[in-house]
Amino acid sequence: MKNSTIKKSQKTAPALDQNQIVAACRIAVTKLDPRSASKNPVMFVVLIGTLLSAGITLQRAFAGASFGFELTCALILLFTVWFANLAEAIAEAHGRGQATSLRSARRDLMAERLDNHGRITKTIPATELRKGDKVLVSAGNYVPADGEIIEGVASINESAVTGESAPVLREAGTDHSGVIGGTKVLSGEIVVAITTEPGESFLDRMIGLVEGAKRQKTPNELALTVLLAALTLVFLIAVASLPAMAGFMGVNLDNTMLIALLVCLIPTTIGGLLPAIGIAGMNRALAANIVAKSGKAVEVAGDIDTLMLDKTGTITFGDRQATRFLPVAGTSEQDLLEAAVYSSLQDPTPEGKSILKLAENRGFQLPSLPSDAVFSPFSAETRLSGLSLPASDGQTEGEQGKSAREFVKGAGTAVSRWAEGYDLFVPGSLQGLINQVAQTGGTPLVVASNTAILGVVALSDVIKPGIAERFARLRALGVRTIMVTGDNPITAGAIAAEAGVDDFIAEAKPEDKLALIRAEQAKGRLVAMVGDGTNDAPALAQADVGLAMNSGTQAAREAGNMVDLDSDPAKLLAVVEVGKQLLMTRGALTTFSLANDVAKYFAIVPAIFIAAIPSIGALNFMQLHSPQSAVIAALIFNALIIPALIPLALKGVNLRAISAEKLLRNNMLVYGLGGVILPFIAIKLLDVMLTPLM
Amino acid sequence: MLEITLIVGASLILAWPLGIYMARIFSAQPHASDRIFLPIEKTLYRLLGINAARGMNWKTYGSAFLLSNFLLFIAVFLLFLFQHRLPLNPDGIGPLSWDLALHTAVSFITNTNQQHYSGQAQLSYFSQSVAIVTLQFVTPAMGLAICLAVLRGLLGGKKLGGNNKDTAAEGEERDLGNYYVDVTRAVVRVLIPAAAILALLLTWQGVPSTYAGAATVTTLESASVEQTIPRGPVAAMVAIKQLGTNGGGWFGPNSTNPLENPTPLSNALETMALVLIPMAVVFMAGYLLRSRRFTLMSLAAMGILSIACISASVYSERQPNAAFSGLSATDVNMEGKEVRFGADASALWATLTTQTSNGSVNAMHDSLNPIAGLVTRAGMLINAIWGGIGCGFVNFMVYVWITVFLAGLMIGRTPEIFGRKLETPEIRLLGVLIVLPSLCILGLTAITLAIPSITGTSNPGFHGISQVIYEYVSAFANNGSGFEGLSDNTPWWNLSTSLCLALGRYLPLFIPLMIAGYLARKRVAPESSASLNIGSTTFCLTLVTVILLLNFLSFLPSMVLGPIGEALQLAQHSGAAK
Repeated sequence: MKNSTIKKSQKTAPALDQNQIVAACRIAVTKLDPRSASKNPVMFVVLIGTLLSAGITLQRAFAGASFGFELTCALILLFTVWFANLAEAIAEAHGRGQATSLRSARRDLMAERLDNHGRITKTIPATELRKGDKVLVSAGNYVPADGEIIEGVASINESAVTGESAPVLREAGTDHSGVIGGTKVLSGEIVVAITTEPGESFLDRMIGLVEGAKRQKTPNELALTVLLAALTLVFLIAVASLPAMAGFMGVNLDNTMLIALLVCLIPTTIGGLLPAIGIAGMNRALAANIVAKSGKAVEVAGDIDTLMLDKTGTITFGDRQATRFLPVAGTSEQDLLEAAVYSSLQDPTPEGKSILKLAENRGFQLPSLPSDAVFSPFSAETRLSGLSLPASDGQTEGEQGKSAREFVKGAGTAVSRWAEGYDLFVPGSLQGLINQVAQTGGTPLVVASNTAILGVVALSDVIKPGIAERFARLRALGVRTIMVTGDNPITAGAIAAEAGVDDFIAEAKPEDKLALIRAEQAKGRLVAMVGDGTNDAPALAQADVGLAMNSGTQAAREAGNMVDLDSDPAKLLAVVEVGKQLLMTRGALTTFSLANDVAKYFAIVPAIFIAAIPSIGALNFMQLHSPQSAVIAALIFNALIIPALIPLALKGVNLRAISAEKLLRNNMLVYGLGGVILPFIAIKLLDVMLTPLM
Repeated sequence: MLEITLIVGASLILAWPLGIYMARIFSAQPHASDRIFLPIEKTLYRLLGINAARGMNWKTYGSAFLLSNFLLFIAVFLLFLFQHRLPLNPDGIGPLSWDLALHTAVSFITNTNQQHYSGQAQLSYFSQSVAIVTLQFVTPAMGLAICLAVLRGLLGGKKLGGNNKDTAAEGEERDLGNYYVDVTRAVVRVLIPAAAILALLLTWQGVPSTYAGAATVTTLESASVEQTIPRGPVAAMVAIKQLGTNGGGWFGPNSTNPLENPTPLSNALETMALVLIPMAVVFMAGYLLRSRRFTLMSLAAMGILSIACISASVYSERQPNAAFSGLSATDVNMEGKEVRFGADASALWATLTTQTSNGSVNAMHDSLNPIAGLVTRAGMLINAIWGGIGCGFVNFMVYVWITVFLAGLMIGRTPEIFGRKLETPEIRLLGVLIVLPSLCILGLTAITLAIPSITGTSNPGFHGISQVIYEYVSAFANNGSGFEGLSDNTPWWNLSTSLCLALGRYLPLFIPLMIAGYLARKRVAPESSASLNIGSTTFCLTLVTVILLLNFLSFLPSMVLGPIGEALQLAQHSGAAK
């Protein structure tokens, strides 16, 4: 249980099989089409360079001149573009693999469609269902499409979608009324209103986000593309102005070498990997079972300043559990335990069960229930629950015969009223115990028998294990968490302190969530909201990142911009990490790409000029073998660095919870300084390897 | 070395209080000097019909800037064309040709002072002291005004028509100050007082200050040879030339001329005046942005680059002249230098004048050894190490924005500065500024070199290319210093440099103003532990790296064909000779 989400978020995409890789290679070829290449200004320039150098090769071939060098350059350039396409195709294949495995469950499903009177009209394929159709799903059948339960209650196995094997309960009219297509109803019968048109489900949208053709660039990706286009233009000008300047000195420059210089200078590494990085980010979200409705939402998640979440079901399990037994003065704990256990033996509520569990933990042997015991369940009038045992004649455990006994538990006032009927003395210490429990955030439950008021059982919200660690990690990432609860300030404060949230809002009404988000946003903060109920919908829509629980109502899922298939509220941590990684990977590879240029300059610039201006040879301090070998080595490095970095682009730069300053320093050292040094070594090595071939 | 340390140190120490004074007067805080200056300013506002209380958003501020420049340009252009009909022309100097008048007008309206004419011989006293001196006072003030608007925009400005406390709704245009008030205050409270003090000091050192015509003297050589020595109100012009990052001197040879720069003390004063106000702007910016750490970071970034450049330049000029390589010459490079200043002071001046977009000279840059020549070009290309008044810091902010974008990504947040996010519209504008220097400088250089008949260089080979690049770099950076040796008073040179001057002035000022305007209307995010700290050492080093890398990558190939090639060639020759 502990940290399961974090582990899941770091789950890497499954490796592609051979067929998928072959398919990706083929797709990478079709992406050479200039129409699709023109979307990426950097790689488009490389493509043009490829065509130009191919033209030069042909020209020389027809003129009978040697063309080996030109042909080699043209081929390396072609591979450069193809590698970039391959990166995108592999990322797409990962995404498609993930999405289709989720989607495969719903193929071939049949649906029993109902007419307006609730009668089954006919059984049709799920793909023919339209939004608003009502279908009947009974035990043993699959939910044909995403929808909302409008009638009935069912336990559902969602493992096909979420991977979680424990069945979940979904019920009409509650905050847990949403069902996903492809999940299996284990028990019960439900009427589901279909909420999506075919091809428009969350999963379909998600697939759209990872497929190149339909993919929209996210805002940050767009900004970076603009910057890269500007840099490309700068290098284009720098190279294009050289022939005229060299001409002034009476020197003719080799066109192929100029093209090589241009391609090496423009940021091909980041330019080639940029689409793959974006797609891989979506894939990582999907791997964490988060379905984002837009790439922008995932990107924004990295900027979140404030996370707002409901206490119930998020921070705590949502049901009160017994945590302590507090006997009144003069009563032994054993007596209190006995009364509390008897009063709860047949109690089906979670509170009752938790009392039995706690008693067991305390070493109390649970008695077997006499067959003639009468359980009186909690009712609105008595506000008590309890058990009465008829008089016995002492067959058990050698005790003498007992008179009839009664045990009750309930709120303090209710028990007092009940006790009056038996003329019981109200111990002086009782009120103190009640207060003590209330002040620490618990609910006091007074336990009495027909002979005495025995003490108090403290019921408290139990904080989910591991939640404090996640909030700590969110805090390290700069996210402040605010808990929203309907509890009184004392209770809320106690839970807030235990869970380690930064702030809490007590006695909150549903509309307070919206107001709070607006107030936070007015201070300039980006707010994430996690919610599942219909009354959360406005807040989910207002928040910058609205993470809806898949188990939540349709309204909530529509209002949020992400849906968590696992319905795990702490999943936001995973989304924040994916968002941050997305930006970091882009920044790091841009820096790396630009830093690489220094070495490439020192390889190619001397090569271009040395024939005409021998003194420039001094810049060739790498001692590269010949101008041709230098240019080819630089081009090969430039091409191979793209596939070499595909794994990094797909996995994302390592995100650690360290200060922004340290993060910047680390990335500058690794990708900036490393980016300057690595190509010097790599180009020299490639040159040494090429020398025998030249 | 001591001399250099003293000059740079004293400038920094003076710049500190000056910067704080400037920050106060431009944020309209009450100041003791109000009693003297307020009445003058009020009179000026009344005369010019300025409503000083009116707030301007980036559009109105920018239009006021462009309009005032255009009107002044027309006036000055006409004045140069008709100077022979105007008063104060005791030496009977004729009109400038149309293209030279155009270039001269553009050159001075852009705070560049690139001179394709020779001052004392081709301009009348009226042209010099009315047209040129007016522009020398007003144009630095205009650059400073844009800088002020950008700084105000960075912190969101004020609500238009409201008071300081009001916060605006997101997307609402913000008040970035009043352009005319900023310009007036900069002239009246900063430039005129500072220039007056410096002019007095220079007059004391022997710089002429007179409206009398040229002096005629009989030389010792022969009683029959008479020499005409031009003079005039030189001290005043030299003062503002140095202080206002102008650079256009009274005399053609600028501050190499003993009448512009007679003594070591005058040289020290003039060197300090080169950097004083540009340094003060950094202090002012930090004060206005309410961030001591940002001031320190800016000072450190500029300081690192400045000191590195000065060191390289001084080292280079202490070597023997490149032309003597292989000979037994061991002395420092004195070609093109005044003996009274020596190599160190000349190298320092050459470095600072190119860093600050000033362009005045006390030695001929054409004769610098290649490394120092490269340093002068680096200073102009970067154009943000102190930089021109106002525009230097605006350029610096452009580098900061670019760095914030990269560094912001690297820490996994949408890049933001002072809580405002840099998004596609801002990056698109920054993209224009990234491309612009290459486009103007390399584009025009390539065209000029491709057509030998218009080139007009005095040297073939690397040095010739250096001369052409230098001219365009100097024009684009609004520096104005000349590499000399170039026949630049031709229609091609006048027109092409005019274009380069205008593009290099107006886009790098207007676009940052737009960006600041965009930023000002954004929602502000409070800084948290996860946000980028732009006052940190890491950021400072990242910034310096970005500045160097961006310029290195853009201009290395052309530099290889210019000064780098020249240096390598000389090194090879000297190696061969030995």
